[in-house]
Formats: sequence, structure tokens, C-alpha cells
Amino acid sequence: MPKFLSDLIASPRFSFYVTGLLFIILFGIGSVSFEGFFSPQVFLNLFIDNAALIIVTVGVTFCILSGGGGIDLSVGAVVSLTCMSLAYLMRETSIGPYTSMFLVLFIGVAIGLINGFFITFFKLQPFIVTLGTMFLCRGLTAMISRDSVPIDNAVYGELAFTSLEIGDCFLSLGACIALIVVVIATIVLRYTSFGRSVYAIGGNEQSARLMGIRVDRVRLLVYVISGVCSALGGIAYSWIMLSGYTLHGLGMEMDAIASSVIGGTQLMGGVGFIPGTLLGVMIQGTILTIISFQGTLSAWWTKIVVGILLCLFIVMQALVTEHKNRLMRLNAEGSAKKAKKAK
Amino acid sequence: MASNESDLILEMKNIDMFFPGVKALKDVTFNLKKGEIHSLMGENGAGKSTLVKVLTGVYQKTNGSIRFDGEIIEPKSPKESQEMGISTVYQEVNLCSNLTVAENIFIGREPRGKFNQIDWQTMNKNAKQLLHDELGIDIDVTKVLDFYPVAMQQMIAIARAIDTKCKILILDEPTSSLSDRETERLFQIMRNLKNMGISIIFISHFLEQIYTICDRVTILRDGTYVGAYDLKELPRIQLISKMMGKEIKEDEIEAVVDKSVPEKENFIETDNVTVPGKVKDLTMNIKKGEVVGFGGLLGSGRTEIAEMLFGITEKTQGTIKVDGVEVSVKSPMDQMKNRLAFCPEDRKLAGIIGDLSVRENIILAMQAKDGMFKHMPRHKQNELADYYIDLLRIKVSDREQLIKNLSGGNQQKVIIARWLATEPNLLILDEPTRGIDVGTKTEIEGLAVRLAKEKRMSVVFISGEMGEMVRTCSRILIIRDHEKITELNGDEISTAHIMQAIAGDYHGQA
Repeated sequence: MPKFLSDLIASPRFSFYVTGLLFIILFGIGSVSFEGFFSPQVFLNLFIDNAALIIVTVGVTFCILSGGGGIDLSVGAVVSLTCMSLAYLMRETSIGPYTSMFLVLFIGVAIGLINGFFITFFKLQPFIVTLGTMFLCRGLTAMISRDSVPIDNAVYGELAFTSLEIGDCFLSLGACIALIVVVIATIVLRYTSFGRSVYAIGGNEQSARLMGIRVDRVRLLVYVISGVCSALGGIAYSWIMLSGYTLHGLGMEMDAIASSVIGGTQLMGGVGFIPGTLLGVMIQGTILTIISFQGTLSAWWTKIVVGILLCLFIVMQALVTEHKNRLMRLNAEGSAKKAKKAK
Repeated sequence: MASNESDLILEMKNIDMFFPGVKALKDVTFNLKKGEIHSLMGENGAGKSTLVKVLTGVYQKTNGSIRFDGEIIEPKSPKESQEMGISTVYQEVNLCSNLTVAENIFIGREPRGKFNQIDWQTMNKNAKQLLHDELGIDIDVTKVLDFYPVAMQQMIAIARAIDTKCKILILDEPTSSLSDRETERLFQIMRNLKNMGISIIFISHFLEQIYTICDRVTILRDGTYVGAYDLKELPRIQLISKMMGKEIKEDEIEAVVDKSVPEKENFIETDNVTVPGKVKDLTMNIKKGEVVGFGGLLGSGRTEIAEMLFGITEKTQGTIKVDGVEVSVKSPMDQMKNRLAFCPEDRKLAGIIGDLSVRENIILAMQAKDGMFKHMPRHKQNELADYYIDLLRIKVSDREQLIKNLSGGNQQKVIIARWLATEPNLLILDEPTRGIDVGTKTEIEGLAVRLAKEKRMSVVFISGEMGEMVRTCSRILIIRDHEKITELNGDEISTAHIMQAIAGDYHGQA
């Protein structure tokens, strides 16, 4: 294998490049097959349609990165709970739309704190804790109303249709927020000690602790971030749906995990890249767009393709790890030989 | 030893430390002078690493006081002790393999830029410079850590520790995976630091290294304090005797019972076998019908040799021959097929399956050897179980009793029975009598000899109790620092000789 290729595969960004390439290929297939596919607006629609999922996936990525079986299954239910709370607050109380949005963010903080507290304080499995809060939030949503509650506040409706004009195209407010979240998360993970601590505890919790990182604090914060992201995602979701309903965001946690993994996040923790996560969501979006352009295929085909991709990416990760191990062995043998020569 | 109060940078007094159910440290005292290299010695499990972790705040002591630099301290976390100036390289490489080399050196104290963001460029530059200046290493610091071999990771961990402005540097087994050249380099650094007035706590199993680099030694045994000594005034044999807790009596030759007389042919031979970091260049043989002991301190590498023989670790060099034929050993299954059997040291961890019955535990290894899907009729299982229960005198109410309800000694017998059921030609017993009552101990010793004598089985007998090996073994290989240094045969075998041999003062008659 040429050295260039070998180095590329071993680089931590390899998954990201593959995801990027896959996105370009998928978008290319769409552009070649369907007239009108290759337009800036179709591209921007990927952000508009998936704004909520992008925000939620960023939060889930933090959880997965932090390792120790890190995952957040409650995100979809939090999205539903925030939508319902927004609808309820604006319909039944005199609280204004902006205050309502501010308030529902605290639902995210609260759920994140509960998750984080149980996971760090009682050393429980994130899977089971967040499964619990998932049921809790779904239940609470149904307690508020079992029927769909429309949001008919005029100011809120206007907000939902606010968009940024870029030439002939536009980007919705939700999509703008999603992109801002992606940028902030990328910077936080790369350039702050909190961000690097997330990677460190995901790589080796024991070592991180011995290197002086406050593991529990970092992990608690990670789940709060995920909670806030889900609440923010819920707001973005409500701008599209303009209603609260118990079945909103159903299965969103799974889409988020899938996007994150396709985007190169390793489920073991410690390896991942937020722009990759964004690409993961956009790949799902592109497949859906292709199917809608095609017109006759069922939307469930998206799931089939995503399922196949997910399996392929897991296999790829395993192969990459294998390759790295081989490189390391070669490296070790190489330096041993050198040492012998030096003697 | 008269030591001036002000000389001491660290005083640990009457330290007690409990783990749930276990007392790990009992009334341990440890004094460290300014600018000295002080070794902590003791066998594995003596409490060296625990003491270090109490000092660095990983564990909290139950009792006692720590005075550091004139003040009483109560370190609660590694971060706290680091900030006070206690810097540590822990036994296992404790770095994050998913981060870059530079990050691993600087995490927690990364250089910052204009917006208080992590300044990657400066960090990479500093890391490169640090590794070059201090350790003479030139590597790509932007590569992820797990790209580099363990020895290099070890050096990186050392670089991380010496970079912080520390007063005490703790090195817990830093040399276990280093080459001689790298070790020499490390010693050079240690001497420099010492001249700068930094105190170093150096933990190592390698006697040579201790005598080369250290000024003083504190010896621990079973979590208790044995004493602190000037190394210049402590002969090696004394050091070993203190670690083991046995006085040396020159004329102590124990009555040799009727041992097994081995046959001429070798059952297994190894030729220059090396497993990196575990077994060093081992050449040895075990004859048919011979009971061979591996003598050495805990952590000397005797278990590692057993694991190599059984294929748990893979050799990188050398050859292994079974019955005169060279074999390739890739996994324990290969060696099981070559009729080897291995009873591991820790029966709780690697041996018994508590929720299965005695019968099931006995047929387990045999089942594994035959393949998972080959059915063994129940009456045959019963027959086998009963045969071994009888042969080894295992005390059970019936063969369906759950093994977790048996005493330690009987559990051990079940495990031995399990391996005997595979009808091995070589049985490796690693610490078969640990935590077992005296009566059962004697029985197991007797069993080892009987198997060799009557069934002409080869037996490897590893034990920390020298008396046991003296009573059972026809030959003892002395292991130190992962190397075989000599062999004791027949009449030479005595407790005194074993200890002298470990110290390097006795080389056998051969």
C-alpha cells in the first residue's frame, strides 16, 4: 500500500473524508439523475429540513464522544416535550413567545442534569438512564395533552417563516441556528480545555482522571449540553410543525445516533468530528431528497439505505482500527531494529 | 538513621488504607529527603502502588498524616497533588491513546492564544522541543498517541511528568517496557533532576536498576512497613530476605521427601524465546515426569513464562518444541491440543465459574478441547466428575453442588480436576495453594508429586512459598527480571539457596 494512502487511512480524519466523499457522490447521483436537483436551494433545503436533527445530533455526539457507553436516548422525547410545552405555554398562558422559548430551554437543562447526575453520581449506564428519561418525557408530553396542540401565536408563526436571503435562495432561521450550533460545537471541542477533556475521558477515563481532569464534572456538562441541544432542536422542530404532539420526534434519537456514526464518531468514544456529524445528517437528507425527486419510491427506502450505510461504516471503522494496529506493530519493529543497529 | 527534620520534603506517617474488606496499608511510614532518589520495594501486592496513589490523591488514606514541604496535606485528587508539585508516571501507561502526542503532554495546561483558545501551534512546537531537549526523541507530535509503540508512550508519559515544575517525581515501574538505551537515558534525566534538588520516588522490580540509581530504599511487605535503608549498606541478599520476610539460615536444608525422578526425554523445550516486556530470551526444558518450580519474587516474570508456555501471550522470537517437534503456538487452544494444561494464579478471576456445578466446572476444559458442539453423554460426565472428586478427595455434598459454595481449597481442586480431565502431559500450577488451608496445601503438593511419579506427567509448580517448592520440585528455575538466571537441581534445592540465587549470590553447582 502506498505510504500516502496508508497515512490517510490512519489519520483521525479518515472517516470524515469518506463521509464527505459519500455526500458528494450521493449529491452527484441526484444531480445527474434528476433535473432541477443540482441547485443551491436544494442544497440549502438539506439544512432547512434537517435543522432540528442537526442540532440534536450535535448534542448526541458530545455524549458519544465522552465515552463510557455515552449515549443520549432522551433527545427525541425532549424535542416532543419542548414542542408541546411551547404550544401549551402560548395557548393557555399569557407568556410571550420569546419568554416561552427561553423557558423551554430549561427543560433541556433539567433533563440533562438528571441524566448527568444519575450517570456520574451513581455510575449508571447512560443507555438505561437516558432510556428512563426518554419514557419520562414522552409521558409528560402526553400528560399535557394527548391530542395535537397547534401553535397559533402570530409572532411565533412569523418567526418560523423568518429566513435569510442569500441571492435567489434562502435559509430558514432554524437552519441558521443549526449552523451556528455546529460552528460553536466545533470550536468548543477543538479549542477549549473542556472540549479536549471530552475527548480525553472518551479515550481513557482512568488516564484522564490521573492527568487531573475532573471527569465527573465534564461528563455532567456533556449531558446538560445534550439536553439543551435537544430543547433547542425542539424549538427548531416546532417552527416546522407549528404544533405540539406526543409523537413528534419519534425515533429521532436513533436518527441522531446513526448520523453521528456515519459522520465518523466512534461509539467507543474519544473519536469524532462535528462537521462529520453534520455531513452524516446531510447524507440522510440527500437520500430522502433523491427519493422525493424520484417520486414513486417509498420514503422508507431512506431507512433501508441508512441501515446499510451504518453497517458499512461500522465495518470500515473496524478495518481502520485493524490497519492502525498493524502500522503500530510495524513501527515498533522498525524502532527495535534501529535500536539494534545503533548498538 | 539520623535525619534532620528540614532535610525531608515528604513525611508519611502511620498511613492506613482500607479497600472494602481489605486492609491495603497498615501503619506505613515513608520519608523522602530533598534531592534523593528513593526506591520503594516489595513484592507485587505489597502496597507500593497503593502508597503512591494515596500520596497523589487517587485513593484517600483511612488514617495517618502526610507532611509535604513542611505542611500537612490531604490530597483529594490527582489534580490537587499535581498542583502542589507531586508529579507522577503511573505503572501502566496512563495517557489517552486517542489524543495527539502533544496534547497528552500538555492536557490540562495547554498554551493559550489571544482568545484564551488552545494554541495548537505553540503546543506542538513546545512538545517537539521538550521531547527533543529532555529525552532526545524526535517524533511527529501531531500524530495520535496509539500510532507509537508502548516504549515510546512510556517516554511521552515521562516527558509529561518532568515538564511540570515538580518537587517530587514519582516513577512507578517506568522501565518495564524500555530498552537498555532508553533506560540509560531515563537515568541520566533522573540524575539531572536530582542535582536540581528534585526528589524522586522510583519503583522498579529490577534489582540492578535500584542499585544503580537509588540512594535509599523503603521496603514494604503485605501492606506493612519493613524499614528504610541506605542501599550502600544493604546487601542484595538482605534486601530480598526483607522483601520476602524470611531470615536466611545458611544451613537450612529441608528434609527432601520422596520426589519424582524425571525421565531422560524432554516433554517441552524452549529456545531463546522472547515475549516483549514479559519473557526475556528463555532457554529451558521440562522432562517427562518432572516437577519443575519457577522461583522468583512476585512480578519477576514467573507467571509470564507460564502464560507464554500455554500460548496466552505470543512469542516474537525463539522456538518451542513439544515432544521434540517444533510447534507454532498462537493460542491456548494450540497448547491444549499439545496436551498442556494451565491452572491460573487467580482462581476467582480466571478459573471457576461460580454459578455452574462442580460437574460442569470439571468437564469445561474437556468440552472446550473437543469443540462446543460435541455432545458428551450425561452418564459419562457423571462418571468423569465422580472419578476426579474421588481422586482429588474434593469435599462436596454431591457433584451438582455449585462451585461457589465450596471452600477455596476445594475450588482449587475442582480446577485441577478440570485440567486433569483433559489428560495433559504437562500441568502448570500457578500458585495452586494461595489462600488454602494447610491440610489441603499438603494434599495439593502431594498430588503434584504423585502425578509426576505415577502418571509420568510433567508438572510446573509456581509458588511464592519457597518451602512448598523445596518440598515438591525436582528442579527449580530461578527467574529474575523476566530472565532465567540459574537452575537448582536435586540436593541444591533449599530455601537459602533459592534466596541467594535470586540475589545473584549463588549460581548453582552446574
